[in-house]
Amino acid sequence: MSHSLISTFGGFLGRLSLKWLPHDPITASGAIMLAAVPIAVALFITYTKRWKWIYREWLTTQDPKRIGIMYIIIAILMGLRGLADVIMVRTQQAVSVGSNHGILSASHFQQVISAHGTIMIFFVAMGLMFGIINLIVPLQIGARDVAFPFLNATGFWLFFAGMALINISLLIGDFSATGWLAYPPLSELKYSPTVGVDYWIWSLEIAGIGSLLAGINFVVTILKKRVKGMKLMKMPLFCWSVLGSMSLVIFAFPILTVTLTLLALDRTLGMHFFTSGHGGNMMMYVNLIWAWGHPEVYILVLPAFGVYSEIAAVFSRKKLFGYVSMVWAIWAIVILSFIVWLHHFFTMGAGSNVNAFFGIMTMIIAVPTGVKLFNWLFTMYKGKLNMKTPLYWLIAFVVVFTIGGMAGVLMAVPPIDFQLHNSLFLVAHFHMMIVSGVLFGYFAGIAYWYPKFLGYRLNERLGRYAFWSWLVGFLLAFIPLYILGFMGATRRLDHYSASLGWQPLFIVAAIGVVFIILGVVLQILQLIVSIWQRNGELKVGHDPWDGRTLEWSLPTPIPAYNFARLPEVSTRDAYWNAKKVKYIDRRPYEDIEMPKNSPLGMVIAGGALIFGFAFVWHIWWLVIVGLLVSVFGLIYRSMDEHTEYTLPASDVKQMEQMRASGGGI
Amino acid sequence: MSEISPGLDLAKADQLIERHEKDATTVFGFWVYLMTDCVLFASLFATFAVLRNNTFGGPSGATLFSLPYALAETLALLTSSFTCGLALLAAQAKRKTQTLVWFMITFGLGLTFLVLELSEFHKFVAMGDSWRRSGFLSAYFTLVGTHGLHITIGLLWMVVMMLFIYKRGLNRLSLKRIRMLSMFWHFLDVVWIFIFTIVYLFGALHA
Repeated sequence: MSHSLISTFGGFLGRLSLKWLPHDPITASGAIMLAAVPIAVALFITYTKRWKWIYREWLTTQDPKRIGIMYIIIAILMGLRGLADVIMVRTQQAVSVGSNHGILSASHFQQVISAHGTIMIFFVAMGLMFGIINLIVPLQIGARDVAFPFLNATGFWLFFAGMALINISLLIGDFSATGWLAYPPLSELKYSPTVGVDYWIWSLEIAGIGSLLAGINFVVTILKKRVKGMKLMKMPLFCWSVLGSMSLVIFAFPILTVTLTLLALDRTLGMHFFTSGHGGNMMMYVNLIWAWGHPEVYILVLPAFGVYSEIAAVFSRKKLFGYVSMVWAIWAIVILSFIVWLHHFFTMGAGSNVNAFFGIMTMIIAVPTGVKLFNWLFTMYKGKLNMKTPLYWLIAFVVVFTIGGMAGVLMAVPPIDFQLHNSLFLVAHFHMMIVSGVLFGYFAGIAYWYPKFLGYRLNERLGRYAFWSWLVGFLLAFIPLYILGFMGATRRLDHYSASLGWQPLFIVAAIGVVFIILGVVLQILQLIVSIWQRNGELKVGHDPWDGRTLEWSLPTPIPAYNFARLPEVSTRDAYWNAKKVKYIDRRPYEDIEMPKNSPLGMVIAGGALIFGFAFVWHIWWLVIVGLLVSVFGLIYRSMDEHTEYTLPASDVKQMEQMRASGGGI
Repeated sequence: MSEISPGLDLAKADQLIERHEKDATTVFGFWVYLMTDCVLFASLFATFAVLRNNTFGGPSGATLFSLPYALAETLALLTSSFTCGLALLAAQAKRKTQTLVWFMITFGLGLTFLVLELSEFHKFVAMGDSWRRSGFLSAYFTLVGTHGLHITIGLLWMVVMMLFIYKRGLNRLSLKRIRMLSMFWHFLDVVWIFIFTIVYLFGALHA
């Protein structure tokens, strides 16, 4: 082959070549496992001849209930990948002492730890959050659908495309080794010349735009699609928390889009936003990314707070204590979360007044959060507690979140932060907040709402075992990190000297991960056993917990149109009150407008995935192809005037009668 | 039912109200989207404000920018906003041809603006003052370029819109979309006013 042909071919595929396939055994086995999952799924679908069904019922669906389930499945799978990363990190830090250099090379270790943070935040926490929001919000506000079903589906598929791109990085190329937020100048081309940071950028860019679309959709859904009579102050608290969180998405995610784009421009076009020379300003990146990043923390945690609020009331068989103060606490958090970002880098040296301002604001944000904690406690106080797994998660959360929160207030004091900055103390703090606040919250939410959608509960005993394994493992894994932080251990260490005496604590932390793995195994087991026993003792009616909000008024499984007749709401806890008066709805059925299925959301996101992949590898013709796919997908969609169909009242009546007589649909 | 009370079809009235509410929801959603775009531009303006003096020995705004040129761009865009408004009025009056004509004029003016902007970019790059030269120029090209990219998207949208009107007429859907397109176009106009002031005017005045 002539030399010119090779160089043309090289140009044709940009930076991409076979040398980027994984070589070392750990990456290669990870890549094989990763590739095996979609291949196995595809083979299974082919074998059971379900492609048509999958395409019609799932891939093209506009139903938020189904989209929610897809979000959660992706989040769970990505959680397993994030967990695999943790296992490597904890093993490395437990053994990589003195002359032993552990199982991973330094650069591989940095990639693993960066992937862990990125995946857990963007694809696990966000995925669980959007999943639960999609499932629950329309039901709780008495709506038949979200405001923009197509936008919602497109948002999901963009999330999927971002997820796919970050996983492709394991198959070909490498991943960012610059931490989960890729600070420059390390993340600039000069110091990270490979494709790793580009994968990071485009994966988050695409998923981030998906989140932004979802944010717009849910703000409008909550503001415009509430059922008649449900005034804002009569909404379930979960919807309030989602409104707060999605408002933050609207204001924060454009900043992420800009920040990632600027870094990409630096790396691709040789611009100088964050470079260390040519008039770039790397601290501007840190400011911008945290102007998104701090609200992001509250974006994740607010809906989990909402879940806890629902659970506290239902499982205490009392109305929520301090509803109004809860609402105001949410909005106080929303506003304050935008004026605390600088506490992530007090050490920048902005001066004492600036640091003092942000320190004080950070301490103040603990006040509304404290209000919420006390409200949950007061809700449980003197309640008839129904001690089921959701409540276990809630109680554990209250305790762990308080410990983590106190550590946070401690670090809000700039002089103390100067000592603890970049240490494992910080790592312990934010894991305590995010794992207990976000992950436990969504675990609780899944246990709580699972029977609503599937018609059977999750096995209680296994759930409780999983809970205890998680809690013990979690404390064992993170309490030592507080101590290590005080001893001076910094973040992202792939190796340390034996003389420091840190190893025993790192080993304890690694044992903690063993317990967490046990917890995860038990959760998977719980799911399998529950599916196994679904027709036995776990089978439940439509309202197994004696619920208070509208979703429990619906039959299980929930029909595609949610409400055959739109409910009438005049109070908070609408269903609770309706049950008391034993109201029977005799209004006639009406025609229902439903969105038609469409594959175009998937097409648009597919174009984005091609675009992102091509951009990473500098395959410019493919960038244009990806862009054209997305743009023409959008234009094609806009030409379709018949995106809805009408379900006649007679059909609704027939379906409802079939359901009432016990016939399935 | 219509036999009993001619002219008072309640089911139809309900449907009309519902459709109207649906359209209002879409327009509101578009407003929310515009707010996110506003935050996007705000971030870029902040970036520009931080980097505007980081010329790294390269040219500053005072040496690069020509105010009459920027004024010409401004006039093209502002006029296009005016004609876009006329297109919306014509559409509301259900005058199809008039709507199409005003949109074509708007498109022409938008394209003029885009050509002016790109030729300015080309001039700077040809002089060796590209985005690689300094932090200031990176911020300049990105801020103004992002606006230009939005204009490009707006123009593309306008072409699709005109085709849609031409083929399907001024139905409820096209009216809704024309409203959103004109909101988008006016929004870009407002952003440009800020660019003109902060980038060009302040840039040319402060040596």
